[in-house]
Parts: sequence; structure tokens; C-alpha cells
Amino acid sequence: MTLDRRSFLKLVGAGAGAVGLPLIGQAAELMPKSGKRVVVVGGGYGGTIAAKYVRMMDKSIEVVLIERNDHFVSCPFSNLYLGGLLPDLNTLTIKYDKLAANHGVKVVQAEVTGIDPAAKVVTTSKGTLSYDRLVLSPGIDFRLDEMKGYDDAAMEVMPHAWKAGPQTVLLRKQLEAMKPGGNVVISIPLAPFRCPPGPYERASMVAMYLKQHKPGSKVIVLDANPDIVSKKGLFLKGWKKHYDAIIDYRPAKKVTEVDTGKMAVMIEGLEEVQGAVINVIPPQKAGHIAHAAGLVGADKKWCPVNPTTFESTLHKDIHVIGDSSIAGAMPKSGYSANSEAKVCATNIVALMNGKEVTEMSAINTCYSFLSAKEAVSVTGVYKVNAEKQAIEGVAGSVAVSPDLSEVEAIYAESWLRNILTEMST
Amino acid sequence: MMMKWRGWALATGVLATSALAQAAPPSAAMLSNACAGCHGTNGGSAGPSMPSLASQSKEAIVEAMKKFKSGERPATVMSRLAKGYSDAEITAMAEFFSKQKLHATSQTLDKAKIAKGASLQDSNCGRCHIEDGKEGKDDTPVMASQWLPYLQMQMAEYQSGKRKMPEKMAEKVKPLSGDDLEALLHFYASVK
Ligand SMILES: Cc1cc2nc3c(=O)[nH]c(=O)nc-3n(C[C@H](O)[C@H](O)[C@H](O)COP(=O)(O)OP(=O)(O)OC[C@H]3O[C@@H](n4cnc5c(N)ncnc54)[C@H](O)[C@@H]3O)c2cc1C
Repeated sequence: MTLDRRSFLKLVGAGAGAVGLPLIGQAAELMPKSGKRVVVVGGGYGGTIAAKYVRMMDKSIEVVLIERNDHFVSCPFSNLYLGGLLPDLNTLTIKYDKLAANHGVKVVQAEVTGIDPAAKVVTTSKGTLSYDRLVLSPGIDFRLDEMKGYDDAAMEVMPHAWKAGPQTVLLRKQLEAMKPGGNVVISIPLAPFRCPPGPYERASMVAMYLKQHKPGSKVIVLDANPDIVSKKGLFLKGWKKHYDAIIDYRPAKKVTEVDTGKMAVMIEGLEEVQGAVINVIPPQKAGHIAHAAGLVGADKKWCPVNPTTFESTLHKDIHVIGDSSIAGAMPKSGYSANSEAKVCATNIVALMNGKEVTEMSAINTCYSFLSAKEAVSVTGVYKVNAEKQAIEGVAGSVAVSPDLSEVEAIYAESWLRNILTEMST
Repeated sequence: MMMKWRGWALATGVLATSALAQAAPPSAAMLSNACAGCHGTNGGSAGPSMPSLASQSKEAIVEAMKKFKSGERPATVMSRLAKGYSDAEITAMAEFFSKQKLHATSQTLDKAKIAKGASLQDSNCGRCHIEDGKEGKDDTPVMASQWLPYLQMQMAEYQSGKRKMPEKMAEKVKPLSGDDLEALLHFYASVK
């Protein structure tokens, strides 16, 4: 449960300043603030980088990074683990000790439960923290109200594996345990969602695994979108080359309900599809905490931001980056989150020092694997169109690979090493 | 409390003004930091097939980016990304990376090959790859401490003819054996 401070105070039956509150109403201040402070929520692709770069650019600013876990598992490359190309998730896992030691980022392991934008205080499971500026990079949460029957228990039967970790391990175990000949169903939500090519890479990696280990098995891809959302030509080419009889791609099939008893998913009450293993990728929205703090826009899903500073257009001094933000033409990728974090950090430091902000310049490069040795990529350089006040791709730079490529697979691995090293050291 | 402030801000347009605040054009750091997702913080690469840009010569980076842009040098993502930048932006990024500290890689190298490479480098490559590859004449790239797998991939592209060697380099490389070249790469990778 996430609550903003107001509803939280209402819940405990008192307003600010009331005396005789039960203990729970007076969450203790975790670290008193003395000088300038930036609090960052979320130690993933965006948050780690925002925290690090603020410190790299201005050591006089105290930076507190709050993350619910003591480690982070990368979604990028988790599909390769599902395909059997990685033995475990160890090479995709980072810790925060070096980030703390090298840059003086204060890392707090806690759940952020509320934000008071007026008082500039975040409430965590361990106490409250005041900030001058707040950066939120909480990733995604799911719109479960659009997927009947898909609750916490159902996720243990039909994993989403769209946040890497135990869910990913569960899905792999299910694939391994499946009898040859069984079908794997993957359902894809309407765009926008985290990692536009991700579901199609997943279909490729699962198909590769089935081809090797489960003769007769198929992947049925139920895509709510009218067509493949990203790198279409390249995925179709790779599927034809490697998985022609294995991947059964069905566009415009929106899964709206799951039935774990029958091991089936329902498509808008019209059609039922069964599977031996079912991977439900649910429709998505900004992380819960962004909703609780009133940072979500008219679409009720994502957070509108100023494209130069990533400051929320709804609450002052709160910046939203990564998957949760509406970053114009930038896709919801780890690389985007990394790049947005640096833009945001640069301009936070400028604003806190009373200096002029700098126009943004960002990059996205996102690789997808089609087989053990072939990958493809999409790239883009992004800038703000001053007239439209919106982030746009620079002409010529937004493009996909001409073909499946073994060299790109090699570069992809170095990309992963570099970006995880950036986040963790 | 919170709603009141928000209502007030929306009504008075405080947020709208801050959203349109004037911004300076992207600084060299703003442009270059975006590259670090692949090339490492400040251009110090942790990925063996990805070149470090830290301490690379400004001219070499400018030259490489121009050739990526025109398609003269074979590339994957770089031929697309290079098109996203103006010549002035490329120069600014090149200068930014050239000023960063040399990134010392820790990689497993062959001692015998390093020694052999050291003996070959001065007479064969040293005119352009000066100071043991720590510097480059004109637009010759800095080789010191670069990742061995990256150097090997580039040499393979040269030898397949995909990447065109400068004439002077072609002359020097021609008489060298595959083992000689491999030894030279080990040597350059070892220079700190
Ligand atoms: C299968 C798959 C493959 C992908 N492949 C690629 C790829 O190849 N390349 C690429 O660039 N991108 C890829 N992505 C996308 C990438 O994972 C995301 O875009 C990226 O993680 C977004 O970064 P973020 O900072 O917004 O969120 P995250 O990286 O998810 O970080 C959010 C963090 O916030 C923490 N958090 C959230 N709420 C709270 C709270 N209330 N209190 C405390 N902590 C909290 C979470 O625990 C988490 O650690 C892939 C995604 C998937 C699912």
C-alpha cells in the first residue's frame, strides 16, 4: 500500500501538528537535513545514475538514494537467461556499496510510502526525509484492473517477469519443467510499455529454448497491438530464419482476463487460449509512488515532465525520470533512463546553484537478441524541439540495424557491462 | 495542503513559467555524458569490445565520427548515432573526452607478446602512434590501455578491407605477420 502523507494522516485520524498521535503517525526523521539535499527514489537504471551524477557535479549537495531492495536485477539481458544463455542472474545483479563509497551517495534500504510535495518530505518505511529536490525513478507498476483475475497469487502461476528477479527465475523454471509439446503463451499489452522490443525479444529467446529442449512446443504470442511495436522487419526476419514453425504470432489479441485454474487467458471475452506456461505481460503505468504523490497526468498512467529538467509539471521540485515519465519520443528503456538521469542531474545542480539550465541532449541504444549469436539494435539521439517543448529524435539518428548482426551481439554484451558498471561504481 | 499549493501554482502559472525557462545550448558535458551508457563514465569503458574514449585524441574522435556519419568507416550503432550531431557538437564531445584521464583497463594480456610488441612498435608504428601509443600524430588514435578485444576487432576489419587503412599504415602493416600484429596489440593494450 502506498499513501501520500495527507491520506496517511487522515487514516491515522489526525492532521499535521496534532498532539497525542499514535506512534505510527509520527514517523521519525531518518536523517536530519542540514545543507542542500537531493533525495532519489529507486535504485534502478535511472535512480543510480541521477544520484551519482549529482554527486559528480556538485559535492556540496547531499544525495540520499532510497531503494526497497539491497540489490538490483537488470531486466536487460534477463530474456537471455530465459533462453538458457545465462546460468543465473548473477551477472545482471548489482549492489550499491561502491556507488556509496566512490561518490558519497547515502543509500537507504526502505520503501517510500508517501511524498508531501508542499512540505518537501518523503515518508519511508524507516522514517521521513526532507529534500530540496526529489528525483523519482520508480520504474513501472501494473494496471491490474484491466486484467481480470491477475492478482498476486496469479502472478505466481502465470509470471510476468517484467521486473527482473524471482519472477524471471520462476518463468525459467516453468519452461524447464514443461513437457515437450506444450505451448508457451506470451501476452503483450497495448503500447506504451517498458521496453518496446522486449516482448518480441522474449518470444525469440523462449523459442530458441524450445527449439533446443522441447521438441514440438510452440510460442503463441498474443499481442494487444495491431502489429509488432518495435524492430518489426528484423524480428520477422529472425523468426523466419530460426523459429518459423515455433512462433505463432497473433496481432490485435488483447488479453483481458486470466484463469489460473484452466491455465488459460481470455481475449476480450471472445476467445480463450490455453498454455502449459503462460507469461502475462500486463498493461503498465508509472510506479505506485508516483500515483500516490499526485504526479500522474490526465492519462492516469504516466508522469508529465518539463522536457529540459524532467521536473514534474504537477509538483514543483520533484523530477520524474525513466519509465514513469512521459519523455516525448524517447522509448521506455534502460538506456533512456540512464540518459534522462544525467540530463536531470545536470539541471538539478544548475537550479540548486541558481544557474541557467542547459538544453537536453540524450541517447537511446537498445539491443535485442534474436538467437544466441545475433542481435539487432535501435538507436536515437534526442533533443528538445523548442517550439513544441517536446523531446524529439534527431533526424537520421533514429534507426534500426540493417540486418541481424553477430557484431552487434558482441557490442550488446559490452553495453551491458558498461551500463551496469556506470550504475554500480 | 498539497492540493491548495498545486491549484495556486496552476492558477498563477508558476509551473508554466518554470517549464519555459531559458536554457543554454547543450554543453560538452551534456552531450558527452549520454555516450557513457556504452563507453563508460567519462569515457572509461568497462566492456571489452567497446573502446574507451577517455584521453583519446580530439582529432581522432572527430575523424572517426565524420567517417561514421559518411559511412566511410564500417560501424553498427555509430553510423546512425553520429548523424544525430552537428560538426560543432562532435568537436565539443571530442574535446571533452580528450581531456579525461586515461582509463587503465585491467585485462589479461600475454607477457611474451607484450615484450615482442614492444620491440616492434618503435620502428614500425612509433612515428604516428607516438609515446608508446599514449599519443597520436595528427588524427592517429591513442592506443594505450585500449581493450585488446576491441583492438583485435578493428585490426580484423582493417585486414578484411572493410575499414580502410591510411596509406602510411598499410605500408607498415604489409610486411608484418599475424603474430607480429597480435603482439603489437597486446603491447598497446598494456601501456598505462
Ligand atoms: C525483459 C526486458 C528486457 C529489457 N531489455 C532492455 C534492453 O536491452 N535495453 C534497455 O535499454 N532497456 C531494456 N529494458 C527496459 C529497462 O529495464 C527499463 O526501461 C529500465 O529499468 C527503467 O529504469 P527505471 O529507473 O525507470 O526503473 P527500474 O530500473 O525498474 O528501477 C526502479 C527501482 O525503483 C525501486 N522502487 C520503486 N518504487 C519504490 C518505492 N516506493 N520505494 C523504494 N524503491 C522503489 C524498484 O525496486 C527498482 O529498483 C528491458 C525491460 C524488460 C522487462
